[in-house]
Amino acid sequence: MLTMAEAVREAMSIAFDERPEVFLLGEDVGIYGGAFGVSGDMYHRYGAERVLDTPIAELGIVGAAVGAALSGMRPIVEIQFSDFTAQAMDQIANQAAKIHFMLGGALHVPMVLRTPQGSGTGAAAQHSQNLEPWFASVPGLKVVVPSNPADAKGLLLSAIDDPNPVIFLEHKLLYKIPGRDPVPEGATRIPLGVSKVVREGKDLTIVATGIMVNKSWEVAEKLAAEGISITLIDPRTISPLDMGPVFESVEKTGRLMVVQEGPAQAGFINEVIAQMAGSSSFGSLIAPIKRLAGMNIPIPYAPQLEKAAVPQIDDIEAAAREIVKNWR
Amino acid sequence: MGHPLSSPEHARHALLYMWRIRKFEEAVEDLFGRGMMHGTMHLSIGQEASPTGMCMAMTLQDQITSTHRGHGHCIAKGADLTRMIAELLGKKIGYCGGRGGSMHIADVETGNLGANGVVGGGIPIAAGAALASKMMKRGTVAVSFFGDGAMNEGAFHEAANLAAIWQLPMILFCENNKYGMSSSTEKAFAIDNLADRGKGYGIPAVNVDGNDVVAVYEVAQAAVDRAKAGDGPTLIIAETYRWKGHSRSDKNLYRTKEEIEEWRTKDPIPKFIARVVEEGILTQEQCDVIQNEAIEAIKAAVNEAVKAESAEPSGLLDAVFKAVSA
Repeated sequence: MLTMAEAVREAMSIAFDERPEVFLLGEDVGIYGGAFGVSGDMYHRYGAERVLDTPIAELGIVGAAVGAALSGMRPIVEIQFSDFTAQAMDQIANQAAKIHFMLGGALHVPMVLRTPQGSGTGAAAQHSQNLEPWFASVPGLKVVVPSNPADAKGLLLSAIDDPNPVIFLEHKLLYKIPGRDPVPEGATRIPLGVSKVVREGKDLTIVATGIMVNKSWEVAEKLAAEGISITLIDPRTISPLDMGPVFESVEKTGRLMVVQEGPAQAGFINEVIAQMAGSSSFGSLIAPIKRLAGMNIPIPYAPQLEKAAVPQIDDIEAAAREIVKNWR
Repeated sequence: MGHPLSSPEHARHALLYMWRIRKFEEAVEDLFGRGMMHGTMHLSIGQEASPTGMCMAMTLQDQITSTHRGHGHCIAKGADLTRMIAELLGKKIGYCGGRGGSMHIADVETGNLGANGVVGGGIPIAAGAALASKMMKRGTVAVSFFGDGAMNEGAFHEAANLAAIWQLPMILFCENNKYGMSSSTEKAFAIDNLADRGKGYGIPAVNVDGNDVVAVYEVAQAAVDRAKAGDGPTLIIAETYRWKGHSRSDKNLYRTKEEIEEWRTKDPIPKFIARVVEEGILTQEQCDVIQNEAIEAIKAAVNEAVKAESAEPSGLLDAVFKAVSA
């Protein structure tokens, strides 16, 4: 069973083999193998020209990727921590995202920006954020948040194929974990913009992203033994967002809980709530929508403080029990 | 293209393109004045020699990135005047279909990767284009035009360093027009010569009179030759001046009338005419004909663009992403 880091590496390797214009650039992606070991041995397999170590210069790196993408290449940029995308935001939000639209469609930016995100490593506030809403709020970016190795591989292959800039947010805590489902061999692609119904139940619909999908799964397993059955939906691509399965599910369960790692304030998951509130499925709800999200604080350092800052399995379990028991 | 003094044809090209830029900018100012254009504009009147000289050293396949003050770069690289004016007028046939306007004109056919509304934004992009050229062994050069103001942006530093360490076929072309909006280079730099920055990156740097199209061409051609020979990037500092304000809101509070008048005497166009006439490459009459040709070309472009169909909001949502091919 591949881990997510291995699955991402396998997808990149397949793309490298399929297309000579695909290359990887970023800080320490070469000999070091990437800060989280994602590029691993690719430097030795593909050479320094296609696995390009860069100086510590996020704006320059992403800008170079944009320029290369405009000129016939298909760069994959690795930004060592998603927090550091702040250094590169002009090239991400003002350049890559807007070029196709703003310049009248004559040019496009087939680029993937992969970056590890999320808390749980004791790295404190500047190495632990979940920045999903930053990217999801910029028209022109596609934003992918894989929750398991199989999805990561298939989605990354589609992201590399895509003629538009794709932000690919990998959770650090998932890198070393094998998935529940095996990773398909070969170049099986998963289209962007299609939500996945991870499991089906009749009592509650949970929409979660990234690592929260895994935490919610554990809760669903535990509560199933008590007779509470949960539908778990992983949007996988948060922009564009596929709400269809969410509406369908809520019509059956009548209860909706949304879970994200990032702060509640202006979070991505609020978009799910807003779209639900404006849909005809809203009338199917028999309970208020429950939102579980990170606290509106920077991620703290000490392990007990860090855990308190983002939803944990116990929080999800308690909230799921409460919504099902209190609203019948 | 070749040296502006190498033949009457080359001299004609240099003069025609400088006049085209001048007359285009005057037409834009006029259209704004008459309320026919909205938004803002950044005119490059007085700076025509720099893009013209640089682009005469380039092929159609060579690439550029441009700036908010980018009309001159587009024209020098060969953009269609009607489609440029049409873009500024918000027309469907405009380069960006009315979605970009003055600051975002790009033209794939002439290797123009686009003007940029963010100071310094195009410099790393040009480095990336040069990287692609090197990786694909295309033999092309990427030139980033930027102003003196951009040289204090992180984007300049990061891109210059990448170009140097990877020995990219790139030219960093600074049009030093002395002001970043109202900030003079004296206030914004602690060095007297911007070319000194090159040494810090290991990039050869050269100063040139940016109002002398011949001098610009000569340093540009040398830089292109270096880049295409695999010898890496060059930083060119072209000394020039914008006659007009930064944009249309500018009241010129930060500089004197005398300074502006002094630079008007350094007009690149009469300077070049005097030289080609003196050297017997073109006659004064031929130069007058070229000037009229530029005036007529701009008039025709304006007339056609004014009559063109307006850009419509329908379809905007479909324009955000390029469609994924099956």
